[in-house]
Amino acid sequence: MTPLQRIQEKFSIEIIETHAFRGDETVVIRPGALRTVVKFLKETPELDFNVLMDLTAVDYLNFAGGKIKKDSRFEVVSHFYSLKHNHRLRLKVPVGEENPEIDTLSDLWPSANWYEREVWDMFGIRFKGHPNLKRILMYEEFKGHALRKDYPFNKRQPLIGPAI
Amino acid sequence: MTTETRSMLLNVGPSHPAMHGVIRLIMELEGEKIKGVDVEIGYLHRAFEKMCETVMYAQCFPYTDRLNYVSPLINNVGFALTVEKLLGIDIPERAKYIRVIMSEISRVTDHLTCLGASAMELGAMSAFLYMIKAREYLYELVEEITGARLTISYVRIGGVKADLTPDFADKAFQKIAEVRKVLIESDKLLTRNRIFFDRVKDIGTISAEDAIAYGITGPFLRSTGVSYDVRKANPYLIYDRLTFEVPTGTKGDNLDRYFVRMEEMEQSLRIVEQCLQQIPDGPIAGNLTGEVISAAKMVDKAKMGETEGLIEDQVDLDPTLQGSTKKYYAGISANKKDVVLPAKEDTYGNIEGLMNHFKLVMYGHGIRPPVGEAYFPVEGANGELGFYIVSDGGDHPWRVRVHPPCFPIMAALPKCLVGDMMADLIPTFGSVNMIAGELDR
Repeated sequence: MTPLQRIQEKFSIEIIETHAFRGDETVVIRPGALRTVVKFLKETPELDFNVLMDLTAVDYLNFAGGKIKKDSRFEVVSHFYSLKHNHRLRLKVPVGEENPEIDTLSDLWPSANWYEREVWDMFGIRFKGHPNLKRILMYEEFKGHALRKDYPFNKRQPLIGPAI
Repeated sequence: MTTETRSMLLNVGPSHPAMHGVIRLIMELEGEKIKGVDVEIGYLHRAFEKMCETVMYAQCFPYTDRLNYVSPLINNVGFALTVEKLLGIDIPERAKYIRVIMSEISRVTDHLTCLGASAMELGAMSAFLYMIKAREYLYELVEEITGARLTISYVRIGGVKADLTPDFADKAFQKIAEVRKVLIESDKLLTRNRIFFDRVKDIGTISAEDAIAYGITGPFLRSTGVSYDVRKANPYLIYDRLTFEVPTGTKGDNLDRYFVRMEEMEQSLRIVEQCLQQIPDGPIAGNLTGEVISAAKMVDKAKMGETEGLIEDQVDLDPTLQGSTKKYYAGISANKKDVVLPAKEDTYGNIEGLMNHFKLVMYGHGIRPPVGEAYFPVEGANGELGFYIVSDGGDHPWRVRVHPPCFPIMAALPKCLVGDMMADLIPTFGSVNMIAGELDR
């Protein structure tokens, strides 16, 4: 049984969508169920996803020039890997534009700590329960979130010197 | 009488000779002992991911060169493989071998730089010079094929830019022998060197559990005893046909990381040798019995309609494009007209080739993968280098995310440093092999 089938069997109502485009098993779940699902991923011996390889977000504002409609603007995408079983899974959680906030994974996988800081920095998505949610690549005075689609790529902001 | 003890805050970086690029560490010291470390990154942020969204797929390659600038070829290969996965195309055997050869050469240059620099910071200047000498031999090989040493932009979606030169294998065997000599010399200089040994042994230790929890991969994870290597776990290109070992350590200290890297270089050289022996010749497309003429002459002839026999002629190109003519074309590029640029003879000599070329390079045209997303991991010099690309069906990537292998290691740096002495920062930080280009993107 693949990891995807196991999750489908266990959480059929929480799943919004699944696909395996080019062999990458992907599951999209409801934000409310995030913590239960990831605990299941980590603690089930047959899945044993002990590595959170990557966590990022995608902004789907005006996706494909508005031709493809998405229900929510952002998606937080995490890539899990199991060293024991050598399988991977992509988990996506839709996040709305109004109040972009989801639960943190940093207490389960310490690697999520910096990834979530980066997502906050670049997309302005907050992580509930994160111990130290501050910008990581940009400086604190930076205005806006650079990887959002409505942030112009050539926008300039004044240089900030060190605080005296 | 009581003495008040307070810890001292010490700021290291962002401009510090031992900080390999720009990074700031705020350390809390108690005497000489490190009590806490706060790592601040982002000084070299160049908006790689944002800029990739503004250009066409093929134009992202120069940006990927500048991620890990010590082994740029691996970044190129990773990006190309991800776009190829999105497109669902396969590349010719010969191109796969070339990509593996170039990746492994890059891995050796990366490890040489890392070990040489960290040895130098511990006072072993001669070991550094020996290792940089060896790196120079390998850069000469890279330069011969790609035309550049650092910003190579050599890999293409659906293949590579140019074929290997005819005498490349001989030269490579010769250089590999030279590099091996240097490795033995540096091994003698460092491995049994008391000063070096005492500075790195049992310093910067991290447990396997912590390394896994922080998502660390590559030599850093392998030094703790976990044998995870993308080349073995999810073999890509032709790695499943090659014989090589994955060295692991036991303790996860700086010494183990040094040993793992030293052994990995030997394994990479082994891979290059095997590839050079196994590499198949590419097929030759068409009949190339005509004469060799200059590009300008070929364009003139085609424009004037003097096309008789032109299809059999070969073009003489300037050095930057050598190896990308029709003679080598079929061996190094996938047979996909909507992805790969045509051979230069076709571009210069006939209207179909010229149109095909423009359809791929003109703004608003270009490569268009179907709507979807793909993640492809390759084994970078520092660990798993993964590209995650989302396509909206257009000619620009909708989102390019790179998973930089030294990002999780930097997040776990306090784990390695706390409890050690202030001076131990230098060997530990050196063994992380932080590359600010990929860390800050």
